[in-house]
Order: sequence, then structure tokens, then C-alpha cells
Amino acid sequence: MLKALVIDPGKCTGCKQCEMACSYENELEFNVSKSRIRVFDFHEQGKMVPYTCTQCAEAWCQQACPVNAITTDAASGVKIVHENLCVGCKVCTIACPFGTINYNASTGKVIKCDLCQGSPACAEACPTAAITYQDVEQAGFDKMKMWAAKSGAASESHGANAPVAKH
Amino acid sequence: MGWTGKILRINLTNRTVKSEPTNKDWALKYLGQRGLATKYLVEEVDAKVDPLGPDNKLIMATGPLTGTAASTGGRYSVITKGPLTNAIACSNSGGYFGAEMKFAGWDMVIMEGKASSPVYVTIFDDKAEIHDAKDIWGTSIWHADEWIKKRHQDPMIHVAGIGIAGEKLVLYSAVVNDLHRAAGRSGVGAVMGSKNLKAVAVRGTGGVKVRDGKAFLAATAAGKKVLQGNGVTGAGLPTYGTQVLMNVINEAGAMPTRNSRDVQFEGAHDISAEAMATPRKTDGKPNLLTNQACFGCTIACGRISKIDETHFTIKNKPEYWKASGGLEYEAAWALGSNTGVKDLDALTYVNFICNEQALDPISFGATVSAAMELYEIGVLTKEMTGGIELKFGSAEALVKCVELTGKGEGFGKELGLGSARLTAKYGHPELSMASKGQEFPAYDGRGIQGIGLAYATSNRGGCHLRGYTISSEIFGIPEKTDPLTTVGKPALVKAFQDATAAVDSSGVCVFTTFAWTLNDIAPQLDAAIEGGWTADKLVELGERIWNMERQFNNRAGFTAKDDSLPPRFLKEAAKTGPATGKVSGLETMLPEYYALRGWTKDGVPTNETVSRLGL
Amino acid sequence: MKLISYVILGAGPAGVTAAETIRSLDKNGTITMIGGDPEPPYSRMAIPYLLHGSVKEQGTYLRQAPKHYEALNINYRHGKAGGIDTKSKQLFLANGDVVLYDKLLIATGASPIIPKVPGTQLPGVHSCWTLSDAREILKLADKGAPVVLVGAGFIGSIVLEALHQRGCDLTVVEVAPRMVARMMDETAGGMLGRWCTAKGVHVLTGTKVEKISEAAGANGATLSVGLSNGTSVPAKLVVLAAGVRSNTGFLVGSGINVNYGIHVDNTLQTSAPDVYAAGDCCEAIDISTGKPDMLAIQPVAVEHGRLAGMNMAGKVTPHRGSLNMNVLDTLGLISSSFGLWQGAPGGDQSKMIDEEKFKYLKLEFLGDKMVGAQCVGLTDHVGMLRGLIQTGLHLGVWKERLMESPERLREAYVEVSQGTAARGAHVNAPVAKVA
Repeated sequence: MLKALVIDPGKCTGCKQCEMACSYENELEFNVSKSRIRVFDFHEQGKMVPYTCTQCAEAWCQQACPVNAITTDAASGVKIVHENLCVGCKVCTIACPFGTINYNASTGKVIKCDLCQGSPACAEACPTAAITYQDVEQAGFDKMKMWAAKSGAASESHGANAPVAKH
Repeated sequence: MGWTGKILRINLTNRTVKSEPTNKDWALKYLGQRGLATKYLVEEVDAKVDPLGPDNKLIMATGPLTGTAASTGGRYSVITKGPLTNAIACSNSGGYFGAEMKFAGWDMVIMEGKASSPVYVTIFDDKAEIHDAKDIWGTSIWHADEWIKKRHQDPMIHVAGIGIAGEKLVLYSAVVNDLHRAAGRSGVGAVMGSKNLKAVAVRGTGGVKVRDGKAFLAATAAGKKVLQGNGVTGAGLPTYGTQVLMNVINEAGAMPTRNSRDVQFEGAHDISAEAMATPRKTDGKPNLLTNQACFGCTIACGRISKIDETHFTIKNKPEYWKASGGLEYEAAWALGSNTGVKDLDALTYVNFICNEQALDPISFGATVSAAMELYEIGVLTKEMTGGIELKFGSAEALVKCVELTGKGEGFGKELGLGSARLTAKYGHPELSMASKGQEFPAYDGRGIQGIGLAYATSNRGGCHLRGYTISSEIFGIPEKTDPLTTVGKPALVKAFQDATAAVDSSGVCVFTTFAWTLNDIAPQLDAAIEGGWTADKLVELGERIWNMERQFNNRAGFTAKDDSLPPRFLKEAAKTGPATGKVSGLETMLPEYYALRGWTKDGVPTNETVSRLGL
Repeated sequence: MKLISYVILGAGPAGVTAAETIRSLDKNGTITMIGGDPEPPYSRMAIPYLLHGSVKEQGTYLRQAPKHYEALNINYRHGKAGGIDTKSKQLFLANGDVVLYDKLLIATGASPIIPKVPGTQLPGVHSCWTLSDAREILKLADKGAPVVLVGAGFIGSIVLEALHQRGCDLTVVEVAPRMVARMMDETAGGMLGRWCTAKGVHVLTGTKVEKISEAAGANGATLSVGLSNGTSVPAKLVVLAAGVRSNTGFLVGSGINVNYGIHVDNTLQTSAPDVYAAGDCCEAIDISTGKPDMLAIQPVAVEHGRLAGMNMAGKVTPHRGSLNMNVLDTLGLISSSFGLWQGAPGGDQSKMIDEEKFKYLKLEFLGDKMVGAQCVGLTDHVGMLRGLIQTGLHLGVWKERLMESPERLREAYVEVSQGTAARGAHVNAPVAKVA
């Protein structure tokens, strides 16, 4: 059964434990600037929003990769960057409309959330269950995925994305 | 590892910045933050220095756990000689600034000298620069915060700085970071102002490494579990914030009211946590919007509030219609009970202004309350207050006072002196509810005996956070003691003072100690840094720090007679509640406290104590 | 039921993606993919990385599994297009072979434009387009070798990075007044130029190559490149990167409408029934203008390939347009542009510039939608720009905020895209972990 990160911004307190857990898992240091998950703070509304890759089914990053360096793990559905294949061209970073795959200048490769091989450190670290790792079916309506679908494929002929300017 | 090993020294007179290695020997002996920065201060600054003169220094310091996954590991402290007290000052703050400073690569930033004209400092990773602040001088820290982010084109910058109050040297002005987290007490903001330093902006993209990652994750996870399972840190604080105390302390008869004339406030419920969460009659929405954590905090006691847009304080001021830091208990008490005002939204507005102009709401509220008493006894008149009818219970008067004090204008200049100087100026020093010049917070030393001793002996003047005996005397943490007795309190106060000094040096928040003992903190520290940290070693560290601070104060001219409480606490008995008929038993506790401390009866650490602690 | 015969002419990203898409929808049809190069399908985009040695040839292959095409029952063969008879549905290859099709995809890509100056046929003058070009370049582009790069557009600038990393003594000649003139504005192009100059590259903008001639010189130079500024530069290697044009020559006489690229409708079908086109060889809708244009970039080729494949396999899926975008790493300075980066008529713009730190962000709006963007020195969450532009989400209050502070675009994106409903008052307490 596929599992997914389910994010409920309403439960986020802005503590950034997720960012620290993520950076430690991936970089072996506490470095929120290298976290694959990021908490956005809308302080004037008292609202905090954790944000990361949704592992979208038809992944833009994966399709844009010219060298097949991003693949889908069949069991988990996770989009994985293979560092040995990534040439650092960064096309995925502009192709992903969510901005959740990013260039890491210190390695010359791109980084993204890979759900920590099945036990996401962010969900484990979240004190208020704003981030949980759940069976997709149980999770039910997942806003980010819905949005991914809506804004998604260039194949969609209608929707938000009508041409905006005529010369 | 834990420490970054680097200190940034900024000389504002010469406009130079330089990096130097953190003194490793001192770090092993004084840990970080409060302990380590105080060591630097006492080594580098003459205790008799004018706090507002160029020879005073201002240190912003992180602890080894700042910027790590340790719960609440986002703290930093501002250490300097305080202008309100002329004693050592060390004010601790949360938010995100401290962690960002650590990520930028610095254990501490030491500010020296005085800029010839207003400046602000940016610290972007290893690059520090001094900039002209003429465009933000004379504005609030809320404005300056936004301006700096815009000017340097990075919304992820974190800013700590002063409002107009600090520029005008209001003696209890604070350093506010992240809009509503404050290094609040003792006038550290005025020191910043005296240096013509408006703000410090940091952005860090580096990481913090720990000595033993596996052990660290295990220790911090265990710590979080303890916090989560504890009634106070796992439920009370997140749900109610520190305002969980309002009704409790009122019922204990230890709620200083109307300048401590009373010990219970009839309006306590109206300004309590429960009131904050109850929908208002006017707009159907509660004052409290949500809770917010500081960096790394798994408790999340911070309050985010919104004032009714039609409330008289902000009716025509849409800039205050947004959510911001709401009332903590100390502020709700100081601005509310202590002035007799029970209008929750008015208190929230006054709290907003305290944040916006960077004022310590405790000293501000207590100074207003002293002024209200002076007004009621006819010493201050309407002419002298600039037309303010300064009566207990007047929300309008309180609001006017904060607007003037925040900008250091009119009668606000007088209020900006603090209660001790204000009451002395008008011939009634006995009406200042302060110790060493600093106003007490929200617990009455008659109804809670231990806290009275803690106020009197606090190294930074009247304060609850140097030794929070409330934990034991009210909550029974770690064990229940009778608040009304003096028996055993000197030892209790000493234990709390020493433990707190250690916690304040580590990078975590003292609120963890509702659930944590030093046995919970030691393994987290030990996994983060070298030095073999145990609970015993932390107690010794705390005692060392306490004595180092005491020695500084002694050199600054403080003596045993300054370990005092105002006559009202010693002579006027509590009129209602469980403490009815009680005064503070300070005189009986103090000699025992000195003896336990290893001090002479004049309050001076003996040679034996000094050498035992390696001072 | 008759098996459908799909023929795909071209084995670049568009062709390969189309073949895979068709196979995912039609398990039984025959799929023949005809590539013009002798190697397995590879990515031209990856060639610069081959040049600077971060990958070997195999690292440029579009698919890494050794038997990928066999596994999908895609018949991959080599051949060059000769012509098409759309009535009899026959494809003629240059070697005389005839291939019958039910559905044909033209994904022949583009070829480099060779500047019309004397000497481009000389030994030591190469385009940088195929693996074979790359092998020739590798033979000459050694450390200290004088190299002249003709063209500092998008492709030229990527090649520039590779040649610089190889330690070549590099001169880049660009006829436009700045680098990457078709991707970014003067400010950004100027930053790139200054950056490259500071890194030791001789950047000559506003300069034409007038002729290339044989002339022995220092450090192995065998060529001399004569420039419009009256000087000449010695070179061991001249790399031509002066743009590309669609490969459509073989369609002359086929009746298929061709402009700069092949005309397609919104299902990527050409003017001939059952003939589709995708990638660099066609002109499909640019989402920013609503008009056909040739967007010769990898992500667009993939999008086209996927859509054409779906339509060919009978799953009718209209194309609503692709977004023009580019990302470039020029000796460590990373830049990108999206959509109408040059602005929309009647639109607004906001920008932040830090010349000293080589940082630049410029956002283009029309009403309260973002329509274009360019940035230099900023990589964090940069894909959000695509998200905002492509979805055309209304920015609402964030329009004004971004006009004042463009650097807040991440917040704008998250709030606009993730929904902003104010939540009810509540507090969050820590919860016990479920084991």
C-alpha cells in the first residue's frame, strides 16, 4: 500500500523540528537551509505551513530529467534522485512547478525529499502530528496532491492555465 | 561541535568587525550563553562602568544546544551591565534569531564602543557589516524589521533590535527579535540604544554538528517525550500558555494587585487564559488565534492574538489588525492586575506596543502602577501627567502611557525611568516594587515566601526567572513545598538559582524545567559537546555562574543591604486569600541563604567558595 | 482487431517519451522508433557534462536500463528521413528503405545553424550537438588550448561552462550586445558577462565572426578567427553554437505545412492526418502567448512527446501550451528565465538587483497573475516561478506585496497555491506518537 506524507498546516506550531530532522537525516548536521521540507511562516495570520515534495505521480522533475537520473521506486512511489547519474543540469529545478527539487551547490547535484527510504524523519519529529506518514487511502483528501493534479499536466486543456497574454 | 568555535567582535566606535576563536577553556568551564558571555563580560568590562557609556559591552550569545534538535534549542541571551539596575544583566529570548545566529556560524557577538551615528549590523553567514541606520532610527522595531528584510532582499533574515524606547534610553527597554520575542529585562535595549545600534540582522545557511549524533538524537528524543508526557509542558503551556497561571496564582493569594496593595485581583478571570480563548461578545471571535513555538520548541507556549478591530485602541489603526504576540502571564499581570485594568483587548494592544517599541512589559506595567499610586495619593497630578487621569483600573490611561513611553515622549519620559527612580524623584521610594531597581514580576513574596527571597537575591534585580520557586511552591515540581513557610526556602532558592543558571547557559528554555531536571538536560549536552557533562557538573556550573555574577555586582558596589524587598512586602500584611496576615520572612531566610551560598554575612563569597568554584 | 503500427521518426526526448507513452496505452501495437544517430537514444543536453568529464557517454543516454526499449517492445532502428507520402502512409528513409505507418510522429529535432562565414568547414571547427561532435571536441579541448566559442546564447553558455572547466583558454564571441540575449535582459546578461570575465573568459559581445582561416599559432593553434572588431583570435578549436533550426527539410513536397517548424494543431497533429510532430522540429502553442512557437528545450520536448503519444494512441488530449523556460549554470552563476521574461504589454514588473552579489530577480505581471520571471544567483525553490506562471493563479494581495518585495515569492506561492483559508482559533499541543 502506498504511503504519503500528509501535511495539516493547521496543526503546525512553527517549531522547525521537521527541518532539523530532515537536514540531520540527509546532511548529518542541523542545517535548516538544507532541509527538504520548509516551514513557511505567515505571522500576520498566525499561520505556519510545512511544505515539501508530494511525490506526484507524473513527476515533472522525473520527466524533465535528460539522463534518467530520477526514477520512481515501484514499491513506495517515491521519486528518487540517483546522484551517480545526475549531471547537475538543474532542468528539474525549473520544471517542478512546486519548487521542491533544488540544486545543492556543495555537491553539484539536486536534492529532493525521498521520504527517508520509508520512514520520514520529519513526520517522526513533528510534535503535533501536523506532518504524518499515512496510507494514501486512509489519508483521503490530500490537498497538495489535489493541487498537483489541478495545476498539473500540460495536457489539461482547461482550468487555471489559459494563455494569459496575446501579442 | 555544539559550539561553532567562533566569536564575532564588532567595534562600533571604530566600525570594525573581526572574528576570533571562542575561548575553549572558558567554554568548557562556563558552557555558553549566560555563563560564557558573562565570563567574557566580567573579564573585559570594569564592573563600575557606566551601563550607557561606550565602555560597556553588549553580548548576544547562543548556547551549545542552540540551533539543534534539542527541544526549545533556539535560545540566545543578551548580556551586559544593565542600566535599570547597574547590575549584571542577562536577558534570554526565543524566537528564531538565536538559532539563525548559530547557523551563521557564531557562538557570540560582542558589541563594543559606540557608533558616532545610528547604525545597524548585518551578519550574513561569515560576513558582518555595519550600515547606516538613518532610515530606521526613530521607528519601531516592527518597522525596522520589515525595512531590513526589504533592504537586504531576504525575507528569511531574522532581526533583533530596539524600538524608539531603546533609542530614547528608556531604562527598561528591551531587545525584541522576530517581532514579538524579547530579551526583555534590565534595560538591555537601552544599552543597544546608547551605542547608537538599532538592530542586528542575521541570516545563516551553515549547520550545527554534534559530538555524537546517535546519542544526541536518542537523548533529545527522550527529552521530548518527557515534555510531551508532562501535564504542564505537554498540555497546560501549549493550551493556555504561561497564562495558565493567572487563576492559579490569584487563588493562591499571591497576585500582586494595584502596586501590591492587594494580593488578589477581582478581574483576574477577565484577563485569564480562559478569557483569551472565549469568543468576544463584540465580534464573536476569541482574542487568542493560536499558539506558536519558538525555534525547536515542542511545547509551543507562545500566544498569537488578534484584537477586535472595533476595539477603542485600534479602531482607526489597521496596522494593528493583524495577529501578533499575545499576552503571556507576566504581561497580563503587569499590564492588568497590577494596574487594575481588566480589558483584555486593551492589555493585548499595550502588549503589542511593548513589542513594537521594545519595552519590558513587567517593568513598564509596574512603573505605571507605581505612578498610579503616586497619582492616587496626590503626589502626581493631571498637570504633571500631561492630562492623563492616571487611576488604577483605567485602560485609557494605560494605553496613553504605553504610547508615550514607547516613544519616550511627554510623561512617558518620566515613566521611562522605571519605578525606583520615578518614586524616588517624587519622594516616595517605598512605592517602587523592585529589588536592585528592577520591578518584580507576577508573584507576591508574601503569598509565596520563596519567591520573595529569590527576588531579593536575584543578580539581575527583581525577577522570577533567576530562581523560579513557583514550580515547587505552587506546582510541586520537583516536589511540593508550602508557599507560606520560609522553612527550607533558602536551600530551595539556591537550588533553583544554580540549576537555572546552567539551563540558561545551554541554549534551551527554562520552561522545560517544569518537566526536565538537569538529569534530562545533561545527556543532551553531553552528546552535543565534549566535556563530560553530568547533572552534578551542571549544578556546579550553575553555582559558579551565580557567584561570578555576584562578584561582578559586588565590584559594582552592591552589598548585602541591596538584597532587599520594599517595605510593603516586609510590613504590610496580605489582606485576603490564603496568605492573609502574612508578610515576607526575608530577614529570617537571608542569613541562612548566605550561609548555604558560602558567603560572608555581608553577602560576599568567601575565599573558600571562590576557590572551590574555580573562580 | 488490427494492430496499429506506430512509427516514430527521431529518438530524442520527444521520440522516446512518445514511444513509452504509446506503449503504456497500447500494449499490442507495433512501435518503431528510428534514430538518426548511431548510438542508443541520448540527451544532447548532457553533452556539456560529457565534455567536462562528469559523465561518460553512457551517462548521456536518455534511459539507463540496458534493455529498456526491448523490454517495452519498442523496435529501435537507425536511419535518416528521406520523405513522406501521407496518402499511402509511407515513410522513405535516406537509404531507400520504406516504412509503412498507421500513425507517424515526426520528432526529428533541430540542427545547429552554421554561420555563413568562410572557414566553417575547416578541421578543428565543430558544432557541439552530437556525441560525435563531442568526441571531436574532446580531442582538441585540452588544458590551455586556445578555443573560440561562437555564440553565447543558451547552448553556447552551457558549452562555455564545459570548456572552461576543461581549462581551455576561452574566447566567446557573441553577435548580440550581451550574453543569453534570448533568455534574459541586459541586467542579467551583463551580470553573466561580468562573472565570466572575472573567471578568465574573454567575452566579446556585439562582435561577429567574419572568417575562419588556417594559421599556426601558440599552444597548438591551427586556426585564426577573424572578428568584426578588426582583430583575430588564434584557436586550436572553434565551437559553433549560433542557434538551431528545426529539421524539416525532408518534408518539402510532402504537403505537410511547415513554417519555422512543423505546424501542429492542439493535439500535435500536423496538417496531414495521422502524422504528428513533437519537440524541436515543431511549432506548438507557447502558453504565454497562446501562439505557436518553437521552444527548443528538453522539458517541452518531453511534454510534446507525451501528449503526441497519448493522442496517437487514441487518448485525445489537447495541448494547452508549453512554458518557455531555461536554466543555466555559467561557471557557478546560476540563472533561469520563465515565460514572458521580457514582460507583457500593459503589465507590471518588480525587481531586486544586487550587482555586487550577482543576484537578480525580476517578476513580470499582467493584472494579478505572474506571466514571466528571470533570476540570477537564486536557486532555492525556483520551480515555484513555473508553478505561478503556468497555473496563472490569481495572486490577490500578494501582487502588491511582490511588487514591493519580489524576494517574498516563495511565501506568495505557498499561500496562493496551498490555499489561504484563515483557520479557526485553536491551539496545538504535542501528541504522543502512535507506535
